[in-house]
Amino acid sequence: MFRLLIHRLIYMVLTLAAVSVVAFVLIQLPPGDFADAYANKRQQAGAPVTAEELTEIRRQFGIDRPLLVQYGSWVSKIVFEGDMGYSWEWRRPVADVIGERLPFTLLLAFSTLIFMYVLALPIGIYSAVRQYSLTDHAFATIGYFGLATPNFLLALILMYLGQRWFGQSVGGLFSAEFQDAPWSWARVVNLLEHLWVPVVVLGTAGTAYLIRTMRAAMLDELGKMYVMAARAGGLSPMRLLFKYPVRMALNPIVATLGWRLTYVISGAPIVGVVMSLPDTGPLFLHALLNQDMLLAGAMVLIYCAFTIVGTFVSDFLLMLLDPRIRMEGQT
Amino acid sequence: MTATAPTSTRKKGRLRRPELATQWQLMWWKFKKHHMALIGMSVLAMLVFLATFAEFISPEIPFARNNKYLAGGPMGVHFFDAEGDFHIRPFVYARTTERNPVTLRKFAVIEYEKRWPIEFFVRGGEYKFWGLVKTDLHLFGAKGGFLHLFGTDSLGRDVFSRTLHATRVSLSVGLVGVTIAFILGAIIGGIAGYFGGMIDNIIMRVIEFIRSIPTLPLWLALSAALPRDWTSLQVYLAITLILALIGWTHLARTVRSKLLALREEDFTLAARLSGCSDARIILRHLLPAFLSYMIVDVTIAFPEILLAETSLSFLGLGLREPVESWGVLLYAAQNVRSIAHTPWLLIPGLFVVLAVLAFNFVGDGMRDAADPYAK
Repeated sequence: MFRLLIHRLIYMVLTLAAVSVVAFVLIQLPPGDFADAYANKRQQAGAPVTAEELTEIRRQFGIDRPLLVQYGSWVSKIVFEGDMGYSWEWRRPVADVIGERLPFTLLLAFSTLIFMYVLALPIGIYSAVRQYSLTDHAFATIGYFGLATPNFLLALILMYLGQRWFGQSVGGLFSAEFQDAPWSWARVVNLLEHLWVPVVVLGTAGTAYLIRTMRAAMLDELGKMYVMAARAGGLSPMRLLFKYPVRMALNPIVATLGWRLTYVISGAPIVGVVMSLPDTGPLFLHALLNQDMLLAGAMVLIYCAFTIVGTFVSDFLLMLLDPRIRMEGQT
Repeated sequence: MTATAPTSTRKKGRLRRPELATQWQLMWWKFKKHHMALIGMSVLAMLVFLATFAEFISPEIPFARNNKYLAGGPMGVHFFDAEGDFHIRPFVYARTTERNPVTLRKFAVIEYEKRWPIEFFVRGGEYKFWGLVKTDLHLFGAKGGFLHLFGTDSLGRDVFSRTLHATRVSLSVGLVGVTIAFILGAIIGGIAGYFGGMIDNIIMRVIEFIRSIPTLPLWLALSAALPRDWTSLQVYLAITLILALIGWTHLARTVRSKLLALREEDFTLAARLSGCSDARIILRHLLPAFLSYMIVDVTIAFPEILLAETSLSFLGLGLREPVESWGVLLYAAQNVRSIAHTPWLLIPGLFVVLAVLAFNFVGDGMRDAADPYAK
């Protein structure tokens, strides 16, 4: 098991390195560099930059060096100093800009994950045990619509309904009076009151998918001989259910935890934009629309890093859960 | 794939002979049992039909602005008038424009006394059908006035006509994207499965890598990096290509695993022993065996691409006007304020849901039918 863990860890670091290359390429992709953009801005403001100033800026930010060297310094600064460069849109270090919004993204992502599993597992088990019942069909129908509705559309519809029936705006994470208030118990309560809407929006499709997976896995297990043997041996139905088939059926669910996280992180920016949450979503989109690529690249890197670490954690959990994987030394 | 033929089944009094049926026939029989898949198939056929004849079916020209009906709601089609009298020809109530005395804003008022009957094959705005034939014939329209089934946007453009035109673009983006993904997946998966060993290992690691990173932010970033001065056609092609990069990993995996499995099958060995060339083995014996699985993957990849395109365009990073797709239309409904005033701008979103639902059902049916020999 230890060897497998090390193996996975090395793989994780390699993936992170690959992601950093991708992010760096993204930063370099748009035509023109930071200095050009700066010159453009100054030009519009009516104070053109001289050629010397441009070279000075390029030297100062190291844009005149070869790409490989730039990449090296970019990565090492992130790893050792936590410095992600400077956002010219915000005129602040990227790390600061992201740092103050990242907690909300994390809160949203993990609340959504918990929401998905808490809801999907019981429903999946129930749907499998009562296969083809009315409830099973009802959940299947909801699931189909949940999978087919784009996140942002669901958000728009919920916001419209909120506006229409409750006369209140459901966007954002705080009510107006708590927007800039210092942290207090009331503010936390206010946050939780608002949080459920984006969580539902973000989690619906994933929940639908998880219910399906859980149901299918349970049906597989319930049809096996050992279940019949245990039942014939006189084990009470509930006890039997949770002691064997559920535990077995959890394997594919845990194994895809990383993918679920990827999915949530992937959908988060759009929901953040539509519902104008104070998380990293609007920040990311704004950076992209303005081609503030240092910020955007850093965001891509962070989003990817989360999912990669998440995948690692889910692999680890799977190893704890399933001795077969632990023993085999390979997934 | 085992060679056990299913036993004869009697259905509706007609004896079927599965042992004589071709592989595709067996698949069709199995697919037909899936009612939702059949419904999905007909919904898709309808969408394709609407997209193909979009100009002819839409009563208005998508770019034409109706100054008399800005941000107007959907016009209900009636058979009974205000007095409760029945009319065999459906009609809409006439609209007149009035001006708000304070804000000077124009708004439309329903006139219940006056009816605009809906007629077929009416003359309307001029357009070029498929860019070839110039005509002004429309399938239907309101005589004496205008007809906005889904209302209009803030510029007075007909949402129904625009949605039909957007259906064409959205479906075509999906189709082109899926085709590119299909080719990419077949080639890369084929290489991995055929050569095996080191190359296979590298390709599989790359696919795993792509699947483990959150795609949407990446595609967003990629499309944001497109030069701003590109024409809408260039953007269209670039976006389609970017979207195709989503779908190919699944396909490549399917092709690879099927190739690896089929290589070891008895019938492949038999073909090799009887002196078939590699090309003949691949095309005649292997391809038919896994083509059905590829089709399943394509039906699954299609809605993914559709949703991705809609999301990109909705955020203003994908297709842009004057190109119209469902996402581009939804771009107008981006904030609560515009939805509160003009909720009908969300109607294109229903088309997205409908199309994705239909594709998912068809995909389910195809997955069951892909291996007709399985019990």
